[in-house]
Amino acid sequence: MKFGVVVFPGSNCDRDMQEALQNDLNQEVVMLWHKDKDISSFTTNDCIVLPGGFSYGDYMRCGAIARFSPMMQSVIEFANKGGKVLGVCNGFQVLCEAQLLPGVLLRNANQQFICKNVYLKGVGSDKALKIPIAHGEGRYFADQKTLEELEKNNQVIYHYCDENGNITAEANPNGTTNNIAGIRNAAGNVFGMMPHPERASSDALGNIDGQIILKTLLMS
Amino acid sequence: MEITVKTAEQLRLTAEEFELIKKKLGRTPNFNELCAFSAMWSEHCSYKNSIKWLKTLPREGGRMLVAAGEENAGLMDMGDGYGVVFKIESHNHPSAIEPFQGAATGVGGIHRDIFTMGARPIASLNSLRFGNLNEAKTQHLLGGVVHGIGHYGNCFGVPTVGGEIYFEQCYHTNPLVNAMSVGIVKAGETVSATALGKGNPVIFVGSATGKDGIGGASFASADITAESTEELPAVQVGDPFQEKKLLEACLEVIPTGVVVGMQDMGAAGIICSTAEMSAKGGVGMRIDLDKVPTRQQNMKAWELLLSESQERMLMVVEKGKEGVVQKIFDKWDLPCSVIGEVTEDGLLSFFMHGELEAQLPAEELVLGGGAPQYDRAYTEPTYLAKTKAFDAASIEVPKDLKAVAEKLIQIPNIASKRWVYVQYDSMVGTGNTSTNQPSDAAVVLAKPSDKALAVTTDCNSRYVYADPYKGAMIAVAEAARNIVCSGGEPLGVTNCLNFGNPYDPQVYYQFVHAIKGMGDACRKFNTPVTGGNVSFYNQNPDGPVYPTPTIGMVGLLDSVQDKMTLDFKEEGDVIYLVGKSYADINSSEYLQKIKGVEFSPAPHFDIEEEFALQQQITKAIKEKVIASAHDVSEGGLFITLIESSFNRNLGFEVASTDGGIRKDAYWFGEAQSRVVVTVKKDQVAAFEKTLSGATFAKLGTVTNGSVSIDGENWGNAISWKEKYDNAIGNLLAGHDSEHALSAL
Repeated sequence: MKFGVVVFPGSNCDRDMQEALQNDLNQEVVMLWHKDKDISSFTTNDCIVLPGGFSYGDYMRCGAIARFSPMMQSVIEFANKGGKVLGVCNGFQVLCEAQLLPGVLLRNANQQFICKNVYLKGVGSDKALKIPIAHGEGRYFADQKTLEELEKNNQVIYHYCDENGNITAEANPNGTTNNIAGIRNAAGNVFGMMPHPERASSDALGNIDGQIILKTLLMS
Repeated sequence: MEITVKTAEQLRLTAEEFELIKKKLGRTPNFNELCAFSAMWSEHCSYKNSIKWLKTLPREGGRMLVAAGEENAGLMDMGDGYGVVFKIESHNHPSAIEPFQGAATGVGGIHRDIFTMGARPIASLNSLRFGNLNEAKTQHLLGGVVHGIGHYGNCFGVPTVGGEIYFEQCYHTNPLVNAMSVGIVKAGETVSATALGKGNPVIFVGSATGKDGIGGASFASADITAESTEELPAVQVGDPFQEKKLLEACLEVIPTGVVVGMQDMGAAGIICSTAEMSAKGGVGMRIDLDKVPTRQQNMKAWELLLSESQERMLMVVEKGKEGVVQKIFDKWDLPCSVIGEVTEDGLLSFFMHGELEAQLPAEELVLGGGAPQYDRAYTEPTYLAKTKAFDAASIEVPKDLKAVAEKLIQIPNIASKRWVYVQYDSMVGTGNTSTNQPSDAAVVLAKPSDKALAVTTDCNSRYVYADPYKGAMIAVAEAARNIVCSGGEPLGVTNCLNFGNPYDPQVYYQFVHAIKGMGDACRKFNTPVTGGNVSFYNQNPDGPVYPTPTIGMVGLLDSVQDKMTLDFKEEGDVIYLVGKSYADINSSEYLQKIKGVEFSPAPHFDIEEEFALQQQITKAIKEKVIASAHDVSEGGLFITLIESSFNRNLGFEVASTDGGIRKDAYWFGEAQSRVVVTVKKDQVAAFEKTLSGATFAKLGTVTNGSVSIDGENWGNAISWKEKYDNAIGNLLAGHDSEHALSAL
């Protein structure tokens, strides 16, 4: 399998994702320019990643412009055919704007950008995973019906939790609904999450919990 | 319009300078030309009141690849075909008036200085000073500045990895915002800010030009008064998204080999970049101002010359290769316009609608050329008599040291700056190793090389106020010590010299003596000054700020494996103090904030003692006999110990090793040249052998969380951590913390 990482103008975690996949997980990575459309070399065994950053400056709602880029039209088709797509941070926001995932991401409850390590409980590990967040708009919100469906179908892939794996109000960094940090679509091939697994995947940084997430979501 | 000395004075030039301009031109300048001189001969661009003293600093040697001041930023050799480019710069005056945009554009400006040389920025730091945090004005300024730095840096995508913040009354009206950027460049891909080659096109790239920031350079060259808020248009507006694209486009153009020279447009905009690039290449330029992309209609020639609109670059490329540049800037959807060409006559000729609007010899405008250089008079400040008269015997040693420590740890200068730094993206770029493994200086992977850099900013300005010579030495020494304690080898310095009005002889005394101290310390540590910035006029009708010569220092680690961290590792590890203890409470946070003593000498500092200490720490790290190293700074030994315990929720049991020293000095004094290290039990003999001949003392051991001082139970480290972490946030949220910070 191979990975495509989309580069929007304003993407700033694109190279971090590329390095994590190439250097830490030994995967083949192709960078995909937002103005291009051709992803015919990708099959549904491959995976496309929308990285973090501030696509098109995020001067409107985050991700609202990126969803209209030529490359996103191809990514939407790819996802609808069953190809795996992961959006991290701004990438998650783009996936929600593109309606590949339900819900929206609102400004953090404290109205401030927050960058720190947090803990996640979810797929791939029984213990809490330490992963950084870095966002100003990461408060997940959806209507009650959608939230119920997400929980019922096990579509919430990560909840914010404390160091010991307890999902508590104190462990919620941004006021997100039900401590939701990441979700998948009903078909199980599109994933979005606010925390940055690519920032926690190398020994040099002293944290490789992110490798567990990338492997679980994309390579299993 | 008739140009007279009055016009010149309105443009903040002196009558003597106006005469000098007329003499140099052999005629009276027109308004456009006078504006050009006003900006270029402003303090900010010309360094007219500082350059004579700056030249006394060590400005070459070591691993320096370009001489200080020659390029937009310092460039030093990292080995293996890579160089590190770094610089610090102030944005004090704009931030005083409009903290959000002032700080944001400060960050944008310093990054441009780095990538205009061909380097990719990998780390940002900032050094901030504000007034008393209990006051609403300070809270407004702090909130705005932090938001501005985050807004720009987070979007631009360079991690903010370090810095410092102090709160002192003297900064109430004049906050300081100093931003530093560090970048990596591959050998052979550096770009010089030089124009060369007759007929080569001059290309304007980046954001369109508007009326923002007109006169910013001369605005930054005056005291701040009540009328300053009316100068709002002198503050620029930043767009980090444009700058991110500009960065990527510039770094894509450079490897094509078509770029002859490049300089960013910062202070004094087009006039400054055209003048400096031309003067350096010994050439001139013919510029058509109507070809400059604008975002406002009917801009006048002088407005176009002086506008400080952000995210713009001036590029000289090889004739015929304009298309290469155009194609890359089209890809990034950025304006790109050929606005003129290089000439051989040494003249800057600016045309608009075919009319010659200004014609000036480039050389006469610039520092090192025709710009004036002044000797200023200085006299010892009168307050220094009060400083010298301080007698520590007048301060009674408190009985309840624990109560003192509880206040100390919540003083905003000492407490965690977490409220601030969580608003900065400190991890983008996946190079900041200090998030999970904290160290005295931030250690950042110098990708794509295999090396790492240790970076820090330091200046305790109260020490400089108390003793400008010694205080500036301490700033350099502390920066070097932070790098050494992180396992790095100090390489070089960039400085940001924040002072009051240079025409005040007492302020100028501070400047002169701080430069002397800085120079002596930089020579001792073999860390040449690669460049930086002078910011005078940090002054208001109540007086000047503390003299604040901020040191930005970069150190090298051949591998990240060489890194040393500051946190205690394991229960049972043995704690040592390396360096000598002194009965010294001078200029400490304890003395000033808790005992309320404003005037006292700088703390103990001896440069030979410091140098020897740093060599011993380096040796102990190289021989792998220590498990942690954290230097003693603000708050003294107790604060160093408690900070070391936080990361792994450990504690410590220690006892003072010299009964002859007053207890408040022992635990809270800020005498320099001390480092707390821990040693694994089985390495005690090896450690003591490595440091034989040095001064060190065993303080005690690391515990599983309890804190004990001289046999007295001081509770658990976690409760100290709560106070430390939450003091600033509580204060800003309006809750008085349990120990009534507002009384401090």
